[in-house]
Amino acid sequence: MTIDGELVVFIICGGLTVIGALGMVLSRKAVHSALFIAMVMINLAILYVANSAPFLGMVQIIVYTGAVMMLFLFVLMVVGVDSSDSLIETIRGQRLFGILFGVALAVLLAGGIGTALTDKGDVGLDAANEEFGGNVEGIANLIFSDYLFAFQATAALLITAGLGAVILTHREAWKPKVTQKELSVARFMVGAGHPGNKPNPGVYARHNAVNTPAILPDGSLALDSVPEPVRSRDDSLIIDHRVVSTVVELVEGEDQN
Amino acid sequence: MDPVYYIYLATVLFSIGAVGVLVRRNAIIVFMSVELMLNAANLVFVAFARMNGNLDGQTVAFFVMVVAAAEVVVGLAIIVQVFRTRQSASIDEPNLLKY
Amino acid sequence: MTVMPAEGLFSLMWLLIALPLAGAAILLFTGRRSNSWGPYLGVMTVCASAVLGVLLLIEMMGLPTEERAITQVAYQWVFVGNFTVDLAFQLDQLSMVFILLITIVGSLIHIYSLGYMSHDPDKRKFFGYLNLFVAAMLLLVMANNYLLLYVGWEGVGLASYLLIGFWQHKATAAAAAKKAFIINRIGDVGLSLAIMLMFVTFGSVTFSDVFGSATQASEGTLTAIGLLLLLAAAGKSAQFPLQAWLLDAMEGPTPVSALIHAATMVTAGVYLIARSNVIYNNAEWAAMAVIVVALITIFMGAIIGSAKDDIKKALAGSTMSQIGYMMLAVGLGPIGYVFAIFHLVTHGVFKAGLFLGAGSVMHGMDDNVNMRRYGALRSVMVITFITFMAGYLAIIGIPPFSGFWSKDEIIHAAFERGWFIGGAAVLAAGITGFYMTRMVAMTFFGKKRWESDVHPHESPAVMTIPLIILGLGSTFLGMALLFWGDIESWLEPVVGYESEPTPLPTSAYIGITLTFVIAGAIIGWISYARREVPVDAPSGNWLTRAARRDLYGDAVNHALVVAPTNYAARALVWCDARAIDGFVNGSAAVVGGLSGRLRRTQSGFIRSYALSMVGGAVLVLLALLLVRI
Repeated sequence: MTIDGELVVFIICGGLTVIGALGMVLSRKAVHSALFIAMVMINLAILYVANSAPFLGMVQIIVYTGAVMMLFLFVLMVVGVDSSDSLIETIRGQRLFGILFGVALAVLLAGGIGTALTDKGDVGLDAANEEFGGNVEGIANLIFSDYLFAFQATAALLITAGLGAVILTHREAWKPKVTQKELSVARFMVGAGHPGNKPNPGVYARHNAVNTPAILPDGSLALDSVPEPVRSRDDSLIIDHRVVSTVVELVEGEDQN
Repeated sequence: MDPVYYIYLATVLFSIGAVGVLVRRNAIIVFMSVELMLNAANLVFVAFARMNGNLDGQTVAFFVMVVAAAEVVVGLAIIVQVFRTRQSASIDEPNLLKY
Repeated sequence: MTVMPAEGLFSLMWLLIALPLAGAAILLFTGRRSNSWGPYLGVMTVCASAVLGVLLLIEMMGLPTEERAITQVAYQWVFVGNFTVDLAFQLDQLSMVFILLITIVGSLIHIYSLGYMSHDPDKRKFFGYLNLFVAAMLLLVMANNYLLLYVGWEGVGLASYLLIGFWQHKATAAAAAKKAFIINRIGDVGLSLAIMLMFVTFGSVTFSDVFGSATQASEGTLTAIGLLLLLAAAGKSAQFPLQAWLLDAMEGPTPVSALIHAATMVTAGVYLIARSNVIYNNAEWAAMAVIVVALITIFMGAIIGSAKDDIKKALAGSTMSQIGYMMLAVGLGPIGYVFAIFHLVTHGVFKAGLFLGAGSVMHGMDDNVNMRRYGALRSVMVITFITFMAGYLAIIGIPPFSGFWSKDEIIHAAFERGWFIGGAAVLAAGITGFYMTRMVAMTFFGKKRWESDVHPHESPAVMTIPLIILGLGSTFLGMALLFWGDIESWLEPVVGYESEPTPLPTSAYIGITLTFVIAGAIIGWISYARREVPVDAPSGNWLTRAARRDLYGDAVNHALVVAPTNYAARALVWCDARAIDGFVNGSAAVVGGLSGRLRRTQSGFIRSYALSMVGGAVLVLLALLLVRI
């Protein structure tokens, strides 16, 4: 019994494609959707190859999955990786009718196409691919002769799209740009804070914790030396070691007495 | 194997993409659903190229990819700009052009 | 009777109309600048037309009888396909009689108005309108086709409206003018329809064409034309059922009442029927209808005239009745046409004299029209009294005054037709004797019933001279026309004349008539000259009350025409406001409501729009697939 290899490929890749598509539509986190659609595209590339379109399959992986989907992921990073949709639908009837129309669309298209194409047959692309000595050459021949105008037009389109992106994401400078010189000057102004490095937390013979602040020359505590996360959590965590030492001595003195 | 099955698969993918556009609220996921629909169309072209025996379908699919790329560039730029001003990527957010 | 072209003096016949028309134009368009000399110009134009008329008469009398119809074409007016109508005049014996009546009586009244309207600030306009009236009336009688006659017909209607409502500030005058015009208009519908019917039947509206081929039309068509012309004549001549306007028309100045509503305009109806004698000769039922209308009107006018205390309204009722006599005569057919015209001429003269005399009395009594406030004026206003008595004797038909000759011929012709019509005419003559004697007794005899601040005096010469001339006419014109002028044979070529035998000899009928007349006069004398005339009108019996209310003519008009029209108008207004406006506003509201609902679909949500797109795509696919199946 000869198993039709193509059928196997179709079932596996096709199945994965559908699973990926559903996953994309149904995931809560946007990053998961992006990954699912990448999966769909790679499977589609395999199907293209199965249909004697190797060039197109490679282009699908390189351009579509590799460039376009990565672009999607970059934008997701800008927008917020962990942003997730709430499940409550705000427009009344949207979900119900959306699914209804989607199903209707699928059924009608399938039914219509099916009845139209029952005896279409399969010519295969062996002859077409051989004509110019390969699939790439054949597509090249078509692009540069029959579809030359479309080719030029899409080229212009790409340039325009690039320009458009630049213009669309342009940020107007409302304030004058702050130069490095101005930043340095500001750092050394009176009352601006520490010109130099911030002090490390105090490390002493008896206390080497992060929550032990350093002591300034005049005897006050340098609270800036305590790292931000500690400082912001709870002020009671900051311990003045001198007080601790004095207390310890008193306690030890008592113990000795 | 009858290449019509590829067409059926593309139909299913297209419908799933359409439902995704209608149902999801995150703008980027809606955009991805549109990409899915374009890919389904590409699959149809490739299958027909095989059924008809010439490479025109593949050429058109190629051009579709180019156009989809350009469209993604511009679309995402817009989404980024909207996000910068409104701090929200919901597609229900720009709803002022109404009665 | 052949129609001759105009030569020699006759080529000036258009001047008859042009002179008064030019006078009217000058007076009305120069405005206040002509205030001083305007009235005199008005008088001159009509007198010039009168002189020309007399000259034309002398010329015409020199022509042989068959050649006395002369036509002059002034302008080719309508030429559409086969239908041509010219602005053309026809001068024949019938129109000659009318021309003389209109211009001579018209000039006398113009001269009278110089005195009567001397204190009126708008007298220039008055003479302008009077000239316009004379021009239009002359156009009416000189037209050689029905369409031009219609122009003159409308013209006199317009002039009548302008003159009745001359004192516009008086609401009653304005209302009376409107009433006259509207009722006239109803009659005019009859004339227009008759002209249209003539065009359809004969293809032309010229007199010679219509009368030449009248016998070829069916009797039904001729009856219809006859009835429509009767409707027109009833409107213009104030016959039943369109008589209601004549009494109200007395709101106008007295010269207007004399000229228009006694001598000329109201006789236009008689002229129309006399001119169309060929049609009536061939349509028995139409002629019968004329007789019926005439009989009703004779009695209506007489009864109304007997109960009015306003001297002008009493004279108006008398006019209505006398014109009824003329209509009776034309309704009788060829046995009566000439007498109708004869009575028309004599009536024009003596009624104008009576009206001008009434005007003179009013002038002396400080414009008071109430006869109950007159009395014993014969010694104070002698010339007025004598001329008024001449007219009085003429109208009741005492020989040898003019009215006797004409009215008795009519009564004789009525008896030629039958006992009933003749008897009715005689009875009405008796009532005429009664009410005219009543008028004369209340005004000139009896005791003085004057108001305290009234000092009656004779009128100035400019007013009394026309009175004297008309008084002489009332006395002698009848004999002159009958014996010296031989009016019957003069008019015969135009209207035809027949005579039928009667059971009794002519003198018997004269005797019966005179008996009734004198009896009526005696009753009137006893009631009003011998007995005290109360200053406040007593309530009287039901006939008196009905007569004071114009025999309920106004009430009938109101119920039949005015009230339904008002109701219809109100109904239409309601319909317009509720139904039509409601429909329009309602449809606008529906559109508004619909658009209000529809705009809610534009929610601003992109996903909703996308949903509708997908829905649309599904529908398109469905349609495509269904078509394939």
